[in-house]
Amino acid sequence: MSLVKITVIDRQGTQHEFEAPTDMDLNLMELCKANELPVKGTCGGMALCASCQCYLVSETELPEQSDDELDMLDQALYVKDNSRLGCQIHITEDLDGLVVELAPDEED
Amino acid sequence: MIETDILIVGAGPCGLFTVFEAGLLKLKCHLVDSLAQPGGQLTEIYPKKPIYDIPGFPSVLAGELVEELMEQARPFKPGFTLGERAEKVEKTEDGKFILTTNKGTQHKAPVIAIAGGLGCFEPRKPPIDNITDYEDKGVEYIIKDPDFYRGKRVVIAGGGDSALDWTIYLANVASEVSLVHRRSSFRGHLDSVQKVMDMSESGKINLITNAEVTGLAGNDKLEEVTINKQDHGEIVKKADHFVPLFGLSPKLGPLAEWGLNISKNSIEVDTFDYSTNVDGIYAIGDINTYPGKLKLILCGFHEATLMVQSAFKRIYPDKNLVLKYTTVNGVKGF
Repeated sequence: MSLVKITVIDRQGTQHEFEAPTDMDLNLMELCKANELPVKGTCGGMALCASCQCYLVSETELPEQSDDELDMLDQALYVKDNSRLGCQIHITEDLDGLVVELAPDEED
Repeated sequence: MIETDILIVGAGPCGLFTVFEAGLLKLKCHLVDSLAQPGGQLTEIYPKKPIYDIPGFPSVLAGELVEELMEQARPFKPGFTLGERAEKVEKTEDGKFILTTNKGTQHKAPVIAIAGGLGCFEPRKPPIDNITDYEDKGVEYIIKDPDFYRGKRVVIAGGGDSALDWTIYLANVASEVSLVHRRSSFRGHLDSVQKVMDMSESGKINLITNAEVTGLAGNDKLEEVTINKQDHGEIVKKADHFVPLFGLSPKLGPLAEWGLNISKNSIEVDTFDYSTNVDGIYAIGDINTYPGKLKLILCGFHEATLMVQSAFKRIYPDKNLVLKYTTVNGVKGF
């Protein structure tokens, strides 16, 4: 097992640094929820809601977006060019140093 | 007035399984759901997705699980009020509840079980400050009757299939149709994307891409829409209607007004029997919350099973409840 460093900036601008395991099949949405950040993950990680939307802040190379993710982001609000769905980002060793910022909550 | 023993709000997996567990105790159930078919999000959002954590089923499609739950509930002849949203709950003098839907259908029962999952599916509203001021005064989130737009100037926003389809349809009905999309490409069905591109080229519609609607204006009703286009700045467009089509998202809805203790969009329950703070109203499945809560179908089934035991005692305080083992007695329907 290895740990990667991931930084999540919450909606108030506070930075949260996590050491995330790469061998737990975790995705970024689950990591946020496990650490009690206000990420709803309403659909359970199927790219069917946008409650885990975040903006990529670091230059980290992420895997390409799937059709499901792009379809969802086409319907979501507050979408920017660097928007991603946290549930579609699987935590691997390549993610060390990743920094993301949570997008606004649609329901607030 | 529809009368039953347990009135279940929400016909998702948890609500359907409640019918079975209640049936074993000879309690009758009636389900109310805002969607037109049973199954909740399993049928509405992901019928073709496999689920892997139902005990005994290494993999089952969401749609199939709903069919099987309907089959399991069938011997107990549940009633359904579908396509209607549970709106209002009142308590009667004899300690029962009367639940009225948004269409006025009334139901009476001594026990209400809220199995509302994520809540009701409602259209997403784009973050424009004064958008609610223009609702029903030019802003609609759902197109019910396309003829409503005959001869009108319509601005549609969105990039999904419904935005594309309605743009194509309304091009022949409205006097002017503009489609505003955040990006330059569309991800809808290829032939609808092509059709919209062709219509834009021939001038039948205005296609405004890399743009977002950022402002609405008008006295009493919508008159102007402000569109912010990347690298071009603001465009102000005369419009009679603005129709943002950004899909549906779940909202707690009218449930929030029923006097229940709510935290983080979920209903607080006592894990002894999943009762809420209102005597006679229970909440099970994804809609409830308690220390250690996990939002899993599996956990909802467990909650439903314990809940009906408590509901039985509330309905028949003098009867001694005997837990039924189906392996001994089988399942005897009504």
